[in-house]
Amino acid sequence: MSLDALAALIAATLAAGTPLLLAATGLLVNERAGVLNLGAEGMMLIAAVAGFAAGVETGSVALGFIAGLFAGMAFAGIFAVLAVGLATNQYATGLALTLFGTGLSAFIGLPYVGRASDFAAPPKLAWLSDIPWLGTAVFSQHPMVYLAWLLVAFVAWMLLRTRAGLVIRAVGESPESAHALGYPVRTIRMAAVLFGGACCGLAGAFLSLVYTPLWVEGMVAGRGWIALALTTFATWRPARVMLGAYLFGSVTMIQFYLQGQGVAIASQLLSMLPYLATIIVLVLISSNLSFIRLNMPASLGKPFKP
Amino acid sequence: MTLFGRTLETRPAPMAGAVVISPILALFATAVFAALLMLWVGKDPLSGLHTFFIAPMQGLRGWGEIGLKMTPLLLAAVGLVLCYRANVWNIGAEGQLVVGGICGGAVALLAGPDSHPAFFVWVLLAGVLGGMFWGALVALLRDRFNANEILVSLMLVYIAQFLLMYLVHGPLKDPNGYNFPYSANFELAALAPRILPPTRVNLGFVLALIAAVAAAVFLRRSMAGYRLLVAGAAPRAARYAGFSARQSLWVSLLACGGLSGLAGAVEVAGPIEQLTPSISPGYGFAAIIVAWLARLSPLGCIWAAFIMSVVYIGGELAQSRLGLPNAVSGVLQGVLLLSLLVADALMTYRLRPALKSVSPAQAGQRT
Repeated sequence: MSLDALAALIAATLAAGTPLLLAATGLLVNERAGVLNLGAEGMMLIAAVAGFAAGVETGSVALGFIAGLFAGMAFAGIFAVLAVGLATNQYATGLALTLFGTGLSAFIGLPYVGRASDFAAPPKLAWLSDIPWLGTAVFSQHPMVYLAWLLVAFVAWMLLRTRAGLVIRAVGESPESAHALGYPVRTIRMAAVLFGGACCGLAGAFLSLVYTPLWVEGMVAGRGWIALALTTFATWRPARVMLGAYLFGSVTMIQFYLQGQGVAIASQLLSMLPYLATIIVLVLISSNLSFIRLNMPASLGKPFKP
Repeated sequence: MTLFGRTLETRPAPMAGAVVISPILALFATAVFAALLMLWVGKDPLSGLHTFFIAPMQGLRGWGEIGLKMTPLLLAAVGLVLCYRANVWNIGAEGQLVVGGICGGAVALLAGPDSHPAFFVWVLLAGVLGGMFWGALVALLRDRFNANEILVSLMLVYIAQFLLMYLVHGPLKDPNGYNFPYSANFELAALAPRILPPTRVNLGFVLALIAAVAAAVFLRRSMAGYRLLVAGAAPRAARYAGFSARQSLWVSLLACGGLSGLAGAVEVAGPIEQLTPSISPGYGFAAIIVAWLARLSPLGCIWAAFIMSVVYIGGELAQSRLGLPNAVSGVLQGVLLLSLLVADALMTYRLRPALKSVSPAQAGQRT
């Protein structure tokens, strides 16, 4: 493999990993608050269609991202009212959200199927993108890729270094104790769920505005579920989410690279790779019980009723 | 913390008749949502609702189609009820169904023009075994490696679908099929016999009803079923009583895999009659809603599958008669499950106007 090809592969990996990184970082925050939202896939789908529609109608990618963010948050709001407010079963509610999002995005997206997008090229990073090899490999991405890095840094700092983060983690570990200390457990959980929805919204919008950029029914293709698996892979630590997201991004890219090289494996079998990798990673991480329990929020998935 | 100025208070007992009332409330809410959706796209809501919920139930053919769609939904839902009762969150019935279809279809292709008329038994059996294998993978990874069954079972859905795509594009493609991604048509002997001609309802429908009854008996009358219920409802009590959580895990996943696999086999050996790139319009996911609508009761799944089947066919009719997109039935399925969860919550809790909420810590400061 030539150096130029490697640079292209790294660039493609960064692009493929970014939606996973955005979504998993958001989900990490709401899981640290003790809420498991299986609706990630649905939130990303609705954000993907909303983002694409807004982007195409206004011609502005930025407005598309804003629409995606709010669409993701609106869906997360449904989840928050049900699973946090009404203490419904979190698994079933998240699943319902995914089913609803899959149907509704297909419905809303009908006029946009096959619609071409001609978004303006994103602004380049001045002089960084001119660095010889490194510029092509790392610094020629859409700004959202770098914003995702900032997001991870912010979440890591907020969760592990601030008082707010401490409260969020307390709510996830022992909502009863946090409640007894006078913290508004359900408000904090709702806010965390909305944050997760906003991040999933950006991730969905990234897929339809930057990565593909098209609207196709069901285009999120399990990335919401993979993002959920990533939080386990990362044992709920932000920096490891970044590692995991780009690892999975590279798996996707290996698949395209092998296809491009004309390797004699059917494309359908290569397409299984990201899903197989998810299972393998889950198995490797989860088999060490003490490792997984070290950082796993103790009340993850359990409803809290004051 | 309050919700719109209200707090949740657990009712002493769930509201009387909640088991019946909340599904009805949820169905009503779904119908209202459907009507609003029709208004939004500029169709007459009344005729729309009629197309969706009433028109499917017309004539022998209509009822036959309902029974046909009920078959895979009921089979998979009964399996899922066993899983959810055991607190095993298998959401991959769709994958188990697809693998059942693949295995059933692969065996069906072996039949020749002079095969024994009961050849279809092998087809159905292959479907059951295939689905069981796919369910066993989830159980094994959960049991041996503690891997989360929700994510593993869902990832296996994607893998199963790509496997089907690969097979119909490659090894199982009809050599005389002009390169279309379909297998050859199955021989008559390999098809599940129709039980009520001229409708397309086949033997699978009877098997699905038997499965529902058998699962109900298993849960109510057998020791293994009792252990499964206790392991699901009170894991610590089960451990204390010496009931094996592993056994419940394996039993429920093997049963669900087998039933979903059978669903896949009766689909390909029933209405489809060959392997195609997509053998299920999301039956495995709709079955999750069926299981919840049935309040996790195997016998309840019968009427819940009936309702879901009507919505499926209603969606198809709305597409052909009113030009509504087929995606509408997906939307309504999601709304149905969401409103069911809300209705359940309202039956279990009371929304009380919030008094000034006082947390124990603040209360302590006051005294």
